[in-house]
Order: sequence, then structure tokens, then C-alpha cells
Amino acid sequence: MSVKKKFKGLSDKAVAWLFIGPSVFLLLAINIYPLIYAIRMSFTNFYANKIGREPQFVGLKNYIKVLNKEAIWEKMQVTANFMFWTLLLQAVIGLGLALLLNRKFKGNELLTTLIVLPMMLSPAVVGVFWTYLYNPQVGLFNYVVNFFYDFGSFDMIGSSELAPWSIVIVDTWMWTPFTMLICLAGLRSVPNYLYEAAEVDRASKWQQFIYITLPSVLPFLLLALLFRGIENFKMFDMVVELTSGGPGSATELASINLKREAFEKWKTGYSSAFAVILFVTIFGFGNVYVKVMNKIKER
Amino acid sequence: MDTSRSYLEPSSFSKKLAATIIIVYTVITLIPISWMVMTSFKNVNSAISYPPEVLFEPSLEGYVNLFTNRSRQSQEYLDSLPAPETWYEELVRSREMVITGPSKFLGRYSNSMIIGFGSTFASVFLGALAAYAFSRFRVPLKDDLLFFILSTRMFPPIAVAVPIFIMYRKLGLGDTHLGMIILYTVVNLSLAVWLLKGFMDEIPKEYEEAAMIDGYSRLQAFFKVVLPQAMTGIAATAIFCMIFSWNEYAFAVLLTQFNAQTAPPFIPTIIGEGGLDWPAIGAGTTLFLLPVMIFTIILRKHLLRGITFGAVRK
Repeated sequence: MSVKKKFKGLSDKAVAWLFIGPSVFLLLAINIYPLIYAIRMSFTNFYANKIGREPQFVGLKNYIKVLNKEAIWEKMQVTANFMFWTLLLQAVIGLGLALLLNRKFKGNELLTTLIVLPMMLSPAVVGVFWTYLYNPQVGLFNYVVNFFYDFGSFDMIGSSELAPWSIVIVDTWMWTPFTMLICLAGLRSVPNYLYEAAEVDRASKWQQFIYITLPSVLPFLLLALLFRGIENFKMFDMVVELTSGGPGSATELASINLKREAFEKWKTGYSSAFAVILFVTIFGFGNVYVKVMNKIKER
Repeated sequence: MDTSRSYLEPSSFSKKLAATIIIVYTVITLIPISWMVMTSFKNVNSAISYPPEVLFEPSLEGYVNLFTNRSRQSQEYLDSLPAPETWYEELVRSREMVITGPSKFLGRYSNSMIIGFGSTFASVFLGALAAYAFSRFRVPLKDDLLFFILSTRMFPPIAVAVPIFIMYRKLGLGDTHLGMIILYTVVNLSLAVWLLKGFMDEIPKEYEEAAMIDGYSRLQAFFKVVLPQAMTGIAATAIFCMIFSWNEYAFAVLLTQFNAQTAPPFIPTIIGEGGLDWPAIGAGTTLFLLPVMIFTIILRKHLLRGITFGAVRK
């Protein structure tokens, strides 16, 4: 008789399956099944709004269509652009704020909590109230900018040159605290003796920063950027409410285009192929990134 | 050089400089939120005056407009009506309008509450069970299962929205509270499992082993010993799940229309006469953001853990 039988009730193995089972089942039913369904639809000419029509198998036609469509590459470029600037700004400002907060002055707990507020808000609602701030006639943003330098009248959302920046600004405002918090954790994990040893060796503050602080905080910063990268690749809610992809398609990110194809034109087969391509892209990039990140951590 | 203090302690000048920059940043970053709250207490005219009014006469017009539907009437008709009975009726009359009924806001807000609480409860409960099993037992393919659970978070919601839309239509779950509760439960499950596993790992195994030697079964030990010990972690996880459901937009806007729509897709549709009714949108936004701000302050010690799925614990 095994040792476990000393205790009454179900065996550990039964409890384990009883406890994990429901979660795995739900994830399979509501996440994996729809994904497989989407993959299957991506090989057909299915239209979800035409219920009676039998979908036909079309092979790789949808994929070829997506990849050959110039407009799709434009959306990818808009997405890449958005990701580049938001990640860059959030990395620089977030790390900067973390370095400052790490000086442990009075009240820094309270200030940290206040700084974090924007990132906890609903992105869609944030998008709505920024349309007010960006309003070319009465917006506070335009007023403040013109207060410092008179550009005259300008429209952040309505002009195709400025609109991409309008979403970058809002995303950076909202999510810089995220990188900041994670970098701060990284800074606090650096053991003091490293700096003490550096001081003894007469390393300058600048050298300490380059050789101790930066390498220790880098894995944390990379982790923050991974999370933000995945989220911004999927970005939908804030931008839909702020610019709804416009003007024209100046801020039409991949997800917004996907929504238009799937829920406005109802090209289910085609949009499923696009969704699969997007998913594979995130997954692929994510995996490579994690590998690189782990290499850096090991060093 | 000043040798009295440790060379690791930043100088008081650099501390002051850092504090000043951080305070300036905090003020700037809070301006958009404060501006929305201020706008909610303006009247319709002062919300669209330029230059923007920082000092203004407070008004509850935004809140009245948020909660009511109104229609414009001729002056003669308004004169023929009996005197307004309440202050809000008077306010609406002064704009040459009459209240025609309550708006949909309360319904949307309570949908957000029902779906938020329902899905939070379910995901934390299921998450706690799974987290305990992952934390204590040797589960085959444990790391793969955990990664699988995490990877479900990488799907763009739109990618699975069409199949879920079709599935829900077949099952009769489209535009229902139950359908949305199930959906948000699943979306939050990965966060709940990962976070709670971290919290459970921190509870010494000896606690429940002692209880089991005293004659508790594994299940009893879990419910009577482990769960109470994990209460802080469970509360933090619950608040994170609640905030997610509360803020979610993509599924809500694609899968619900009348019955089960939550507040985020509704707020942008608040339109007054001749354009957006900014005070009313401000009021809706303020009421919607308030719970999240309170939650954030309660959560501040666990924020880091929550936003990184437990990857960074500090």
C-alpha cells in the first residue's frame, strides 16, 4: 500500500485532475476550439452573414490573397510604426522615471501609485476622452501646445500626418508606468555590494551606471517590452475610439483592419486567414524574442 | 568630499532634483484624467469654450444628461406645462427640453457589474483550484500546460471573435450575460492561474500536511487551511480580473448589442444635441473610472505581480 493512502479522501492524482480539469476544459472550449474553427474557415470562402450558403474549400487562396494585397502591407507598416515609437518612448521614459524613483525620496510610494493610474483605465474610454483633449477647436491639448509655441490651428486626429502621433502619444501616456514599474523592480533587485565594490575600485558614477545598473535592469526592461509588444501588436480598443483607424487608413492597425474585414464586410474566410497570419507572427516573434532575452539574461 | 554619509545614499540635492522631476511628471500625467472629471461638472457651454476654462461655475448638467433622455420642445409648450417639480427637471427645462425617460446608462453600468463580478468569481475560483494543483502535485507536462494557459492570452481577440460569435449564436449565448461571463472567465483564467500559483507557492506545504496528519482529507485541507492562507493573493487576483472585465471593449462591442452590453462600448455613444455632449461623457467616464482608481490604490502593493502575470514579484 502506498504512503499516500495514510490520508483519507481522494488520492492526490484524482484531486489534481479534478482541480485542473475545469480550467483546461474551458480554455479548450472557448479558446482553442474557436482558434481551430478559425483555421478551418481560413481555407474556405465562408461568409458568416450568409447562413444558408455552404462554404467551399478553397485551399490556400485566402492566404495568397492576404499576402499579395498591398493594403495589408500598409497596415503592417502602420502597426510596425506604432509599435516602434511607443516601445521606444516607453522604454526611455519608463526607465528614466524608474531611475528617478529609485532615489527613494519622501512620498515616492504615493507618487508611484498616482503615476500608475492611467494604465489601469479602460483603453476605449481613454480613447473617447482624448478625442475631447485633441479637439481642434476647444481641446486642452491643442491649447497647451499653442500656449508654448503658436502653431496656429491643427487637428491631431483629422490630419493624416499627425494622427499616427496622436495614438503614439496616448499609448505612451497610458503605458509608460508599466515599463517604469517593471524597471523599478529591476533596479531594486541590484545588490548593494556591487556598488560598494565599484566604489572601492574607484569606478565613476557613470561607469557604475553602464556596467552595473544597466545590465541588471536590462532583462526587466526587455520583459516589459515583450508584454507591451504583444499588446500593441493586438492594439484595438483605444485606437478604434480615438481615430477609428482614420483619417483614411492613416492609423488603421492590423487589428482594426481585421475587424473591418470580419465584422463589416463579413469576409469570414479571408479574415480568418489574416487572423491566423497575425497570430503566427506574434507567436513567432514572441518565441524568438524570449530566446534572445534568455541569452542576455544568462550573460 | 563628505564622508559622513554612505556613498551609496544619493546626495540630498540629487534626491530633491529627482523628486521635483517626478512631481512634475505626476502632475502632467494626471491632467487628462482631472480634466475629464472637471468637464463632468461643467455645463454644456463652458465645456466647449475656448480658451478652455479652468475656473468655472460647477453644474450637474452632465450627470443629469447622462442619466436621462430628453427632447427639445417649443417655448409655448414648455410654458403650458406645470412648474418643474425637481431641480433636475428645472435644469433640463432651462435648456428648452423635457425629460422623456431614463437613459440606458444605468443598465449598461449594471451589466458591467454583473458580468464583472460573475466572471471574476468564476475565474478566481477555477484559477485557485488549478493553481493549487500546479503548485503542489506532480502534474504530467506541467510546464507545457502552464505555457499553454499563458499562450491563450496572445490571441488577438478579433481572431477568435468570429468563431465565438458563430458558436454563441448556435448555443443561444449571443448577447447574454451568461455568454459574456463565460467569455471573460476564460480570458481571465490565464492571469488567475499564473498569479495564484505564485501566491500558493509561497504558502509552506507543511501547513496542509499537518492538517492532513490531523485527519483532514486533501480537499478539506485545501478549503480550510490553504484558501484562508491565500486570501491576500486571492483578493489581489480578483481585483485584477475585475479591472480587466470592467475595461474590456473588443468582445463587448463585437458580441453584444442590447441585453448584455457593458459600459465601455456605450460611453462613446452619448451624443447631445449638435455634437457630443462632453459634460455627459465626462460624467459617464468619471463614474466608470472611479471604481478602478479606488481598486488601484488598494492594489498598489501587488501591482507589479499582477501586470507581469507573476513573472516579477519584487
